[in-house]
Amino acid sequence: MKPAALSITDLTVDYPLADGSVVTAVRDVNLTVAPGEIHALVGESGAGKTTIGNALMGLLQAPGRVAKGRIEIGGKPVDIRTGRTEGIVQGKDVGAIFQDPMTSLNPLFTVESQLGETMRHHLGLSRAEARQRSLELLRAVGIPEPERRLKSYPHQLSGGQRQRVVIAAALCCDPKLIIADEPTTALDVSVQAQILKLIRGLADERGVGILLVTHNMGVVAEVADRVTIMLKGQVVESGPVAQVLGAPQHPYAKALIGAVPRVDVKLPRLPVPAQESPGTAAAREQVRARMGGGDEAKAGELSVDNLVVEYGARGGFLGGSRVFRAVKGVSFTVEPGEIFGLVGESGCGKTTVANTIAGLAKPTSGSVTLGGLPIGAKRGGVARKALQMVFQDPYSALNPRLRVATAIAEPIAFYHLAANKADAAEDAALLLESVGLDRQAGARFPHAFSGGQRQRIAIARALAPRPRFLVCDEPTSSLDVSVQAQILNLLKDLRDLAGLSILFISHDLAVVRQMCDRIAVMKSGEIVEQAPTEELFAAPSHPYTRELLSLVPSLDKIAREPVAV
Amino acid sequence: MIASIGSRLGQAVLVMLAVTAIAFVMFRYVGDPVAMMSREDASPAEKAELRASLGLDRPAIVQYGDFLGRTVKGDLGISFRNQRPVVDLLAERLPATLELVIVATLLSLSVGIPIGVYCALKPDGALTRAIQTLSLVGISMPTFVTGIGLILIFAVTLRWLPSFGRGDVVQIGGWSTGFLTRSGWASLILPSITLALYQLTLIMRLVRAEMIDVLSSDYIRFAKARGLPSRYINFRLALRNALMPVVTVTGLQIGSLIAFAIVTETVFQWPGMGLLFIQAVSFADVPVMAAYLLFVGFLFVVINMAVDLTYTLIDPRLRTRRA
Amino acid sequence: MSLAAPPRPAARRRRLPMPVSVLIGLAIVVLMLAVALLAPWIAPTDPTNVASFDLMNAELPPAFMPEGDPAHWLGTDNQGRDLFSAILYGMRVSIAIGGGAVIVAASIGVVLGLLAGYFGGWVDIVIMRVGDVILSLPTILLALLVSGIARAVFPEAGTAQWAPVILIGAIAIHEWVQYARTVRAATMVEASKDYVRAARVIGLPPLHIMVRHILPNVMSPVMVIATINLAAAVLTEATLSFLGVGMPPTYPSLGTLIRIGNEFVFSGIWWIAVFPAVTLVILVLAVNVVGDWLRDRFNPKLKGR
Repeated sequence: MKPAALSITDLTVDYPLADGSVVTAVRDVNLTVAPGEIHALVGESGAGKTTIGNALMGLLQAPGRVAKGRIEIGGKPVDIRTGRTEGIVQGKDVGAIFQDPMTSLNPLFTVESQLGETMRHHLGLSRAEARQRSLELLRAVGIPEPERRLKSYPHQLSGGQRQRVVIAAALCCDPKLIIADEPTTALDVSVQAQILKLIRGLADERGVGILLVTHNMGVVAEVADRVTIMLKGQVVESGPVAQVLGAPQHPYAKALIGAVPRVDVKLPRLPVPAQESPGTAAAREQVRARMGGGDEAKAGELSVDNLVVEYGARGGFLGGSRVFRAVKGVSFTVEPGEIFGLVGESGCGKTTVANTIAGLAKPTSGSVTLGGLPIGAKRGGVARKALQMVFQDPYSALNPRLRVATAIAEPIAFYHLAANKADAAEDAALLLESVGLDRQAGARFPHAFSGGQRQRIAIARALAPRPRFLVCDEPTSSLDVSVQAQILNLLKDLRDLAGLSILFISHDLAVVRQMCDRIAVMKSGEIVEQAPTEELFAAPSHPYTRELLSLVPSLDKIAREPVAV
Repeated sequence: MIASIGSRLGQAVLVMLAVTAIAFVMFRYVGDPVAMMSREDASPAEKAELRASLGLDRPAIVQYGDFLGRTVKGDLGISFRNQRPVVDLLAERLPATLELVIVATLLSLSVGIPIGVYCALKPDGALTRAIQTLSLVGISMPTFVTGIGLILIFAVTLRWLPSFGRGDVVQIGGWSTGFLTRSGWASLILPSITLALYQLTLIMRLVRAEMIDVLSSDYIRFAKARGLPSRYINFRLALRNALMPVVTVTGLQIGSLIAFAIVTETVFQWPGMGLLFIQAVSFADVPVMAAYLLFVGFLFVVINMAVDLTYTLIDPRLRTRRA
Repeated sequence: MSLAAPPRPAARRRRLPMPVSVLIGLAIVVLMLAVALLAPWIAPTDPTNVASFDLMNAELPPAFMPEGDPAHWLGTDNQGRDLFSAILYGMRVSIAIGGGAVIVAASIGVVLGLLAGYFGGWVDIVIMRVGDVILSLPTILLALLVSGIARAVFPEAGTAQWAPVILIGAIAIHEWVQYARTVRAATMVEASKDYVRAARVIGLPPLHIMVRHILPNVMSPVMVIATINLAAAVLTEATLSFLGVGMPPTYPSLGTLIRIGNEFVFSGIWWIAVFPAVTLVILVLAVNVVGDWLRDRFNPKLKGR
């Protein structure tokens, strides 16, 4: 039997700190990757999965060191006595694929130069031989016109092509093992599907062992043979993909897998352990009472009519003006109390639609009205107040220099929704409670909170002006999966509670299926299909929708037990 | 690319217009040219006549047009102080300044880049710390203090090198060069070191910062993950990325070196344009000041254009668009 | 999450104490500021008062030299002024002008940078084009031009009363651009962040957003630049005074003293130039040490200059 591509025994990685203490990023991890096998390493942020990858490639950042353990690559033991992984010839024994193909290639050198240099160094090939082999590699990773691409610079390639070049570079010297760290996270679904297929093919045809570091359970289910789930530097469960994902044993593994939104069936709530305090329910009741009042409560439907948004790029003296049409005549309506999903790949114009509705971008033509009142770029009183937004990145969504309560109270004071400062503060505290946080949380600055908590704060702030309509632009795509489930549930609760309408923008079809009542699919600035959720998933009518649906990597290919809520 | 060159040209024209406008305002309104050029006891009628003959009674915009026309033809007026055409004065002094600046630039680049690279590669070394400390002292030393210090040590105390003037110069065509005589070189040493020192520290710190940046970039990490030898990564790959901004800065350096030459030339009584300018400032010799300003502005614009062109040649991202 | 961003205990690193060199630098800065402020009470004589010195005492060497007078422990200048007193007062002038220039430049730059960065469009184009033109002339040249023009137009410009104003203007006219550029870039980054977009969606007016949300978040690079620029402004002032277009000899700054001393260097009377020069370098060096540390700590990307 051939030796394992990778075998790790009792690996521990430490980060000694300046004050003498030690942070253990990885503790006693055991792992093997057989030749031709794809072994997925999954976990939420901070689980230590990336640290393992870095240790194997000898790229641990300065104070980090391998404290103990045994590593063998292709049967060849690696010396870890220095705290570095010595004896691995990076690039020859181990190939690497990084997350972002836009930054992994040096912008100043051609593809040929970057592929060839590795082979000339490790295999002693001549320039001509290296060129010949580079061509073969480019063909192997499926790049069209390889002869021409050899002479190209990275900026001349698309994201998917660059990632293929990166994979070609990893393959240069026929490594026993490839470490792929989130290789498709920065890519669109359609490109992701192609790259995953390519990686699977490499394992099958070349017998390379692949350690696939990812946070995406769908990707795991799609391509991996075995999976190891990590939590806080330790392995909690490991085994064949079907077994681990289908019937997880460890409670954390169960929760993690249960929290992944399903594409196959719509659940009323995502299964996460209930953790609401009684205070939350009471606070929500009060928030509802306050939001229910006021004349503008019946804001009515949001109506987007033939919306066109163009970005002008005015050139210099000699360059004419180039106009980019981001949105080409989009129309839809969102009924009161409805969650309306807008899905599409990056660059399809969905975020531009969201920005225009929120008044952050000016429409070139067409109109957006809420309950019959126009919403333009100008601040238009009632309509402006009635529509608020929740953003993608919870880290940039809060002003780092404002206390949380101050940030939430700001719109309350601005719209004179409270009689005095104390009332505004009370309102802010209620809102914090209603999104599941502590009343006292308001006294702290945003940096004291985790990503999920920040997103709750951002939602509380969006609720502060007592809106009727929320625009949510990818509100969970930068969150870990278990946190995502909680935030999605929270948004649903708020809709049910206060009759909010929500425009929900996402690239993730599974999330959209769980959240939305109706869905519109966008492609290159246009809506190609619009239908009630169940109808769209059951019988997509437009070819693009069908393609998207077929490409989503999902857990559903593995029979799952219904997870208890 | 044509569009970007076009907008660059537009900007250059804008800068030149602004500079000529300042120069014109200086000519026209700063210090009354009539008072400067007429005799002390001239009558009002004589003054009015002179004013008319100089065209100073016409609308300002016409005068500015005239001024532009004359400037393009190379007529920059007559120095108030020594009644000679300003262009001749500048032309006489140009070689001295340019030779000083060129030597100083070469000096600061040839020393600054290697030191910067060294400091980036060995960030914790003892030598690096020493260099870092020295470089802080370097940027804290005004040029004239460096100059005076060097004079005190090498000219007054040790008497090794001359402390003022250019030494013997040789005329080649209209160009007077100090490169061909022993005393010319000896005279050049202290001023060029003085001028180079300040720029050297800037270049060194820039190269170090850029190099550190590049070394932590994804593509260098990817190169490491491919197991390429570190010498190859550092000098063939990273250095090339790190030196890109140095091209810009060097261009700008040449401009500011010319300005700093004012100080160096004053300290060492170097007969260049800077000395001419500072004398003009203290005598309120407006035509010379204005002409010097025009010249430096023009030089800056030319250097900036050259830098941009160089960039399009060395940076593939600018050379070719997505194919 | 990616290989490029390994876990780094950044939060802990921030709490590291100041290096000794920075502590020393800071101590020197504080000490020099205090001395400059208290110069009239500390200095043995008043160098700006003609009655307090005597030409008979001119060019006395420092007290530790054979012919030195213990009453003037750093010696006297060409007019018989006590050099120690002159340096204390000179430092006061240098710091006041440098600090004044920094405050003026920073105020103008921050306001214009905020406007340009937040509104973009023609506001941005106008402000930045003017900045480009100004930056296309070196600081020292522009400062020389401004003071040269001021002298030609306004004969009073060289007097002790007006020279500081002219100098502050001459330095600030160039330096504001740097603040404006930095603040503009930072404002554009902040303005594209979601918390500012959220404030816009809420409907807060632009002035409120700029002052309350953006300004506090762009101030830390401004503080770093201000520190580094204080050093640069003091140097520029010294250079202008050295070139003879700065403070007059009757009310000398450090640069003026060095100018006076420079004329005597060849005759072996080194102290008139050397003591003020050493003071100047120590002052600027101390400020630079602190500024450099601030830059590395708060804004490692802000390099060069």
